[in-house]
This record gives sequence, C-alpha cells and structure tokens, in this order.
Amino acid sequence: MAETATQEFRRNLGELPEAVKDSCFRLGKEPESEREESQATFHNLFLHIHSVRVHVRTLKPTLTFGLGLAATSGFLITLVTGVLLMVYYKPSTDLAYQSIKDIHFTVSTGRFIRNIHRWSAQLMVLVVLLHMARVFFTASYKKPREFNWLVGLGLLVITLALSFTGYLLPWDQLAYWAITIGSNIANSPRELTDAVGITKFFDPGGFQKRLLLGANYVGQDALIRFYVLHVFVLPLALVTLLGVHFWRVRKDGGLAKPEDAPGGLAEWGGERRPVFQPLATKTYGLMALVKGQRPPVNRGPENTVMSWPHLFWAELSVFMVTVAVTLILAFYSDAPLKELANAAIPENPAKAPWYFLGLQELVSYSAFMGGMLIPMIVLIGLALIPFLDRRPGGEGTWFGTSQERSVFWQSLFFSCAVTVGMLAFTVNYGWLRNWFPNIHQLWIIAINPGSLFVLIFAAWSLFILKRKDSVRLAAVSLFTCFLVGFTLLTYFATVHRGPNWHFYWWPSQWPVH
Amino acid sequence: MSRLDPPRVSRRSFLSLTSLGSFFVAMGTAAVGMLRLPNPAVLPGPVRRIKLGPPEQFPTGSETPFADQNLVLFRDDDGFYAISSTCTHLGCTVARSKDGFACPCHGSRFNSKGGVVGGPAPRPLPWLEVSRAANGDLIVNADNEVAEGTRYRV
Repeated sequence: MAETATQEFRRNLGELPEAVKDSCFRLGKEPESEREESQATFHNLFLHIHSVRVHVRTLKPTLTFGLGLAATSGFLITLVTGVLLMVYYKPSTDLAYQSIKDIHFTVSTGRFIRNIHRWSAQLMVLVVLLHMARVFFTASYKKPREFNWLVGLGLLVITLALSFTGYLLPWDQLAYWAITIGSNIANSPRELTDAVGITKFFDPGGFQKRLLLGANYVGQDALIRFYVLHVFVLPLALVTLLGVHFWRVRKDGGLAKPEDAPGGLAEWGGERRPVFQPLATKTYGLMALVKGQRPPVNRGPENTVMSWPHLFWAELSVFMVTVAVTLILAFYSDAPLKELANAAIPENPAKAPWYFLGLQELVSYSAFMGGMLIPMIVLIGLALIPFLDRRPGGEGTWFGTSQERSVFWQSLFFSCAVTVGMLAFTVNYGWLRNWFPNIHQLWIIAINPGSLFVLIFAAWSLFILKRKDSVRLAAVSLFTCFLVGFTLLTYFATVHRGPNWHFYWWPSQWPVH
Repeated sequence: MSRLDPPRVSRRSFLSLTSLGSFFVAMGTAAVGMLRLPNPAVLPGPVRRIKLGPPEQFPTGSETPFADQNLVLFRDDDGFYAISSTCTHLGCTVARSKDGFACPCHGSRFNSKGGVVGGPAPRPLPWLEVSRAANGDLIVNADNEVAEGTRYRV
C-alpha cells in the first residue's frame, strides 16, 4: 500500500535533523576515503581556496612558522573585537575619550575586549614584518610569485595604516599629538617646496594635510576621517588584498618549495616514496595539468598529503596559538589610555607606539627625508626585489643558495656597526644645524643620519654585488641592513630617547618635572 | 609592413576599442570628480585673532605664555612681540627652556628669539602680528607672520 501524504509528512518530520545536515554538508559524515576528503575540501566555500593535496615540505613548521596564517588570525581577532568596540565607541571629540573610559571601566568585558583588540593589532604588525622576512630569506618571492610579493607589501602598508588610524581614536594625548605629527608629516613636502620657494604654486604637502584633517586644525573633521578609514576603508582594502594574496598563493602553486628529486625515488623524512612518472603514451586530463609537470593520476603526486585533515589541523593550531598568545597578553597587560587630548601641551617625550619609533627617530633628523622620502625609498626598494633578482634558486629553503648565510651574518655585523656608530656620533656631536646654524635647509634634508643610512646600506649592497657576483646575495645584504636598521632604530628610540628627544641610557634617568 | 602601410583595423575592433576607451575615460573622470569631495572647500577653524588684554598688564621685560593659543607674548624696551610656540618641524608645542625653546617630540631647539639652534626644525618660530583693538587691548593675529625683530610700540 502506498504511503499516504500524512505518513510521508511524519516520516520527513522525523528525518528533519538528518535532512538539514545533509543539505548543509553534502558529505554528511566524516570523510573516510581520500575522495571524500577531497570533496570535504572543495565542496566548502571557506576551504576550497586550499588545494586538495598539500606538499609535506610546506607543512613543515620551520619553513613558515605559520606566520602568514598568524597574521591572518590576528586580523580576524581584531575584526571581531573591533566590531564589538564599535558598539560603544563614539567618534566625536567630546565623547570619544569618555566612551573609551566607559569601555574600559564600565562595559562588561569591555576592558578585556579592548586589550585583545590592541594586542592582536600589535601582534599583527610584528607578525606581518616577520612574515615578510620569512618570505625573503626563503627566496619565496621568485617567479611566479613576484606579484604576490607586491600584494604582500600592500598588506604591510595597510596594516600599518590600520594601526596608525586605530591609536588615534581614543582622543587622548597620544591620539591628538599623533594626528598632529602624522598630518604634518603629510605636510612635510613643504619643507622642500619652501626651501626652493615654490610652495605658492605647487603645494602637495598642504593638499595631503587638508585631505587628512579636513580643516586647518586637528579636530572633529580629522577624527571622523580617521574613524571612517579605520573601520571601513582600510579593513575593506585589507580583506580584498588578502583575498588576492591567498588566491595567488594557490594559483602560483602553493607555498614555494624546492623541487623534488627528479625521477625515480624521492626522499622525505627518512622515508623513500615512489615518484609518479607520467606515461609518454597516456593523455592526462586538464585538471591534472594546471600546474607542475607530474600530474596526479590514480595516486597523489609525490610527497603530498591530503589537505583534509593535515593542513587544516595545522591551520587550526596556528589560529589557536595566536588566540592564546593574544588572550594571555590581554589578560596581563592593559591597553594604555593617556590623559584627555590637550592641544596646549604634548607629553614629554611624545612617543609613538613601538613600530613607528624607528620612523620617529628618522623624522627627528628631517621631517621630509625621514617621514616621506626614506619610507618611499624603502618601499620601492622592497617592491623591486623580485624583479631585479630573477635567477631561480633557493626557493622554499632558508638561506637556500650558497653563501647566503655568511652574507647575512656579514651584513648583520656591518649594519649593526654602522647604525650604532652613526647614532653614537649623532648623540655626541650633533648634526649640521649644530655646527652651522645658518645652513640652508636643503642641506639638512639631503644630508642627515637617515639619508646616510640609506646611502651606506645601498653602497654595501653594491659592494656585495660586485664582490660576490650575485644579485640574490646583494638583495640579502640590503634586506638584512633594512631589518637591522629598523630594529635598532626602534630599540634606540624606545629605550634611549627621553624628554626633548635627548639621549638617556635608561628611562629611569629622565629628569623629574 | 611599414609605418606608411599600417595593418587594417576592422570596423568592429575599432568601435570596441573606442567604446572601451570612453568607458575608462568616463570612469577616470568620475573618480577624480569624486576625490574633490574630501578636499574641503572651506577650512573650519577657531578665530585666530586673539585678544590678550590691556598693554599695562604686561610690564617691560616680561614674557607671558598663552598656552591655549600656543604663543608667548614678550615686552622689551622696544615694544611688544609675540612668538608662536608651535614647532615648525611637525607642529608640537615647544616649551620654554633655559635659553630659548625646546620641542618635546623630536628635539628641535630654538633660541629666545625663535631662531633654530638645533634639531630638525626647518624654519625659525614665527613672529606673530601684534596690534590693538578699539578698546586698547592687545591683539595677536596668529595667522599673520611678521619679520623677526618687528616690535609693536604702544
């Protein structure tokens, strides 16, 4: 006897949970075969950016230290906590400071959430820099990954911009004077146009400052502009570029890795695995031939494992570690909130967060050179690396080509010596303005410790280029100098600069007001 | 094939190219036009002509800081002068030091007449125009810079 409609309805009702689950997850159960593991990957919107199989080398933690993923995790954490903070934050010069105080002292979990937001943002800056260093020293920017290196640089700039616009929002002393200094750095091309007397006709500095502040003073117009940048424009730009970044990682054949031993047998982790050899007589499907020379047929290509579950476990672990580190930092250390913004007196010393302190030291030599030209030169230099160093080799291996390690150490010592020497000289003897009080400003812009760093490091790199006859080694030397310069300047400005930007051995020696 | 004998462009590809070109020109123009919006046409800001009070209030040889206005008023034997206390480097407020002014942010140092003696400041601290209101009070116009050494005699 046929089932009546009522019976069918009751049966469907009974099977409801199962039916809903099946419709959500097509597989409906834990994958058991490699085929099902593949489906679990590419039938899921969020997972299908991964390839179905992943090379074991790229899963090795010491290749990447999971830095890219940690940066992404940091971003996800800031995104979630940022939306939560937006519930209470009021972007108005009258209310902003009080609303942060509310979040800190009154809102349930507000203080913790704000601390997490702040710490994950700081971690993100650190990790993005380390990620860049990792990609550089494993030569992972080489063909076909040149474009992704550029996307990564864009992401670095956006990350820094997000941090900058973020610490402006509390409208405390740090915020107010940071906007003042930041907008005046945008204004600093005037230093040059003033010096040659063309500001009246050509004033890019004034234009940039107006665009940032929306007024000729730091106030409500500036705050709302930075707010819009921080909560909408920059996150959107970051998410977009992040999508491109991931997409390119996948399309460029996954993470950079050394070629497997050609033919016969490949060795991995003491285990010898057979390497797939394509038959000359067989035609392979299009899917098999997208990337690489050896298509996976019947069995995975050599030295790969299924992404589900190996890669996803790895990714989850990195995410969990990032969350854990952030939570611990946020639990033990509060995000600072200085006094309410006071247009009359800056703090003394008025220091930026750590990642901008190297820049602040450079700016203390010349606003235009240190705040605009040198960052631009550094960015352009970094952007050119993959296009000037095009000889393949060393991809996916730390210090992969010969002598890289020794050039790294030599450059490390050289740039340490130069940086420390120059800082010591500047602290002890001053600079051009102290010796020639009436010197033309153009000389100060052109010749200062910052521009000399750039020149000396560039000269060192050219020396390595000539001596070692290798573009990669020249790039290694320059990148090492850049890292050392950045680190030492940051350290120097953090620890050794005190009130009036004078040199002190320790903050405990600062004069008491 | 020479320059004088270019390859034939079909009507179809000519028309597609021109329409594509017009698309980019239109979008580019629109983008530039939209960028005009955030460039403020009027710069809002507080009035920068500041009444400081009657001249008798400031004896000869005195110096009076006006912290909220970021300026210092001096009076010497030759008359009044006002020096801006906004650093010409990156806009921090300089503080009075033993022999002049010092900036807390990046270490610029100025002498007591505002001249640069050290640090990254590109220009001396500006001297501001001093005048008197109808009721006799001193007024400083912080938007008007005057030459160093200019005094206002009462």
